[in-house]
Amino acid sequence: MGAFILLTVLTAFRVLSRNRLRAGLTMLGIIIGVGAVIAMVSIGEGAKAAVRAQVASMGTNVIIILPGTTTVGGVRGGQGGAVTLTVADALDLKKKIPLLTETAWAKRDVMQIVYGNKNWNGPVNGVSPGYLTIRDWSYTSGGPITQADLDTAARVALIGQTVVENLYEVGEEPVGSTIRIKNVSFKVVGVLAPKGQSAQGSDQDDILFIPFTTAERKVLGTQFLGSVGALFAATDRPEDLPEAVTAVREVLRARHRLQPDQPDDFTIRTQVDIGRVQEGTGQTLTLMMFAVASISLLVGGIGIMNILLVSVTERTREIGVRMAVGAKRRHILIQFLIEAMTLSLFGGVLGIVFGILGARATTVVAGWPTIISVRSILVAFLFSLAVGLFFGLYPANKAARLNPIEALRYE
Amino acid sequence: MGALIVCTDLWKIYRLGDVEVQALRGVSLEIERGEFVAVIGASGSGKSTLMNILGCLDTPTRGRYWLDGQDVGSMGSDALAEIRNREIGFIFQNFNLIPRTSASENVQLPLFYRGASLREQRTLAAAALARVGLAGREHHYPAQLSGGQQQRVAIARALVSFPAILLADEPTGNLDTESSRDIMVTLARLNREDGLTVMVVTHEADIAAYAAREIVVKDGQIVSDRRKAPVHARGG
Repeated sequence: MGAFILLTVLTAFRVLSRNRLRAGLTMLGIIIGVGAVIAMVSIGEGAKAAVRAQVASMGTNVIIILPGTTTVGGVRGGQGGAVTLTVADALDLKKKIPLLTETAWAKRDVMQIVYGNKNWNGPVNGVSPGYLTIRDWSYTSGGPITQADLDTAARVALIGQTVVENLYEVGEEPVGSTIRIKNVSFKVVGVLAPKGQSAQGSDQDDILFIPFTTAERKVLGTQFLGSVGALFAATDRPEDLPEAVTAVREVLRARHRLQPDQPDDFTIRTQVDIGRVQEGTGQTLTLMMFAVASISLLVGGIGIMNILLVSVTERTREIGVRMAVGAKRRHILIQFLIEAMTLSLFGGVLGIVFGILGARATTVVAGWPTIISVRSILVAFLFSLAVGLFFGLYPANKAARLNPIEALRYE
Repeated sequence: MGALIVCTDLWKIYRLGDVEVQALRGVSLEIERGEFVAVIGASGSGKSTLMNILGCLDTPTRGRYWLDGQDVGSMGSDALAEIRNREIGFIFQNFNLIPRTSASENVQLPLFYRGASLREQRTLAAAALARVGLAGREHHYPAQLSGGQQQRVAIARALVSFPAILLADEPTGNLDTESSRDIMVTLARLNREDGLTVMVVTHEADIAAYAAREIVVKDGQIVSDRRKAPVHARGG
């Protein structure tokens, strides 16, 4: 049987190469379909990976807790409208939940930052030192805000790349210089390494950090000491997040003395949630592209079926001869199935090549990240094989069911 | 061991709409090994139907048929294909070579379906082509060969699997006189020298003359069956 298959494959190649134009046109549907699948999936995967990288850059093991809403006399405030979270909450969470490796707190506002004769409006963040660890910031020069800075409400600042670009001359070293915010002077102690765009598209490098205590007392002001804009907590491993989230909710509800029928006065979010939304959008896009490509493959399959039916008719006498010298029905069936699969596989391989080239071209021309996954190539390959098998079955069966006498007599 | 071909009371009835066509009406026949038989009859006499049944391409509506001791009258299509592959060599009026396929590969076809190794296929095909005088033409395509040569390739294809019987359906119908004589001489030689059983279906008396037994079919029945001296096949 092995020799039979091998020789039948060779025969199929010869039959198809006899009529190259016809074979090429027949394969076109498969080529376009597979090429589209490969290219689209690689664009989709590239986008997904980019989102994933951004989420990772913000920490996949991070829990963000935002103050909740308040309802005062029927008027509902927006998210963060209430000041319900405090530094004490953060410290208590750390103490009561062993899963949390770190908790931190922050508050922010956009303010004018002045250096020399230049100024820039950027987000000023009062943070606890743990925040820098949780968010995994690193420094191109200088170092972090320390616990001592927090305790003494030191006037020190960390600045991001965008702030540096807007306030300093090229080549000028910011560390050691003095900037002013709301007429309070700060010594720059560190420059943050760039992080690029966030998953939401905002510039993560347009940022300035000062100690939380300094911020609430001298710059941002506060409703009461210890109220925070947001709490942050981190676990050692991303897998521990769900458990940690549950624990955080319990502790906070207890601390805020919420009755079981009262809703949370805070909102817990994780980077995984945020990333999932973005990935979901990408997934929908990929699925749609996949649907379009599948239709193209379907059309390609019908093309193969059509040309095979023509071929069976053209070669009726040949089929008769093969039967007369001892070909069984299954021999004829396999012969035409192999021809169909040769067409679809060849089209599939060409499609994969064009798909990869298309993805590369997209990266070069449009600058989109693309990832050619082995899985999509494998799937495309198997899919084109299946298309050949499926659409070859009808013509092959038709050939195998011919009556040898009538086939031999066919003119 | 009995005769190579034994058939008793073969009937073949077709239905064309409401009309019932009786192509064969009770044919009984025995053919011994090594015979050279000619079946003669006008078109529509039933001789092609008879040959299709004897060649296991078709099955009788009624009656029994033993080929080489096997009851093939009631076999299924796969079993019949197997019998055709091993016991029967066909030669057709229009040669029926597969186009754009070399002489050797055409000859290899029965071996291919038997599952022979490629080397065995090539060796046997070359030997069969040599037996019909086409040594060295293995790689010619049908289009590069004359009609007579094409028919000899067909004979080689029929021979290659060492069949029990060679069935030739109007083998000279598409050939000129010279090539016709050539083909018949070849068939006669194979019959004489190798003891191959040959059955030729024809409507031409001078073709039937090469055979040692002449069966005349008319209206689906054998009307005459006689042994005679064949014409001397010179140059064979």
